[in-house]
Amino acid sequence: MNNVIVTDKTFDPWQAIQHFQNNMQADGQFGACVSFVGTMRDFNENTDVKKMTLEYYPGMTEKYLTQIIEEAKNKWKIMDAFIVHRVGDFKPGDPIVLVATWSAHRAEAYDANRYLIEELKLRAPFWKKETLKEGTRWVEHNTPA
Amino acid sequence: MTINVKFFASLREKIGQAELSLDSAGLGTVQAVWDAASNNTDMPGNLLSAVNMEYVDLNHVVKDGDEVAFFPPVTGG
Repeated sequence: MNNVIVTDKTFDPWQAIQHFQNNMQADGQFGACVSFVGTMRDFNENTDVKKMTLEYYPGMTEKYLTQIIEEAKNKWKIMDAFIVHRVGDFKPGDPIVLVATWSAHRAEAYDANRYLIEELKLRAPFWKKETLKEGTRWVEHNTPA
Repeated sequence: MTINVKFFASLREKIGQAELSLDSAGLGTVQAVWDAASNNTDMPGNLLSAVNMEYVDLNHVVKDGDEVAFFPPVTGG
């Protein structure tokens, strides 16, 4: 199964993890799965946000997500990793991103997972645009972890 | 003999164009591509650029057939 999915459809992160794990070659070898799910807030920088639009760079985005997974696999002994990222229009409460990692023991899965979400935020070409009560605005920088 | 140029997000809106083609003759660096493609828009200090979907700096030398992209800081996740 593909390690990277960029989708303009609403997705259920828990079903996505289950589905990926059911298809993993390493089934039976891992003892830990760590998941991070990022969800759209209804506020940002003290303003109510009604809707979000996420733009990406088809091709480059998938390439960088695949690349950071390869980096994580070289740094830590993880069996597998899975990233799903939402694009297009969505609303507060919708999942934006899922990062899941599997390893024999918990430390590697935790460390690799943190690395993946931080590198994704730093390098993967996605851009958020918020719809507020009055007008729209591009998000200019990510909030600190 | 062309270079394809793409703009994304706020930069696409500012320049008013998502994509264009330039004659590659005389275009040495990514900086030169910006100068030719950006419609006299001031270059943002936090501009990011990529050639063939790899991050590069403005001194990177382009060649015929390259895809050059300009965009603001990324805000995914």
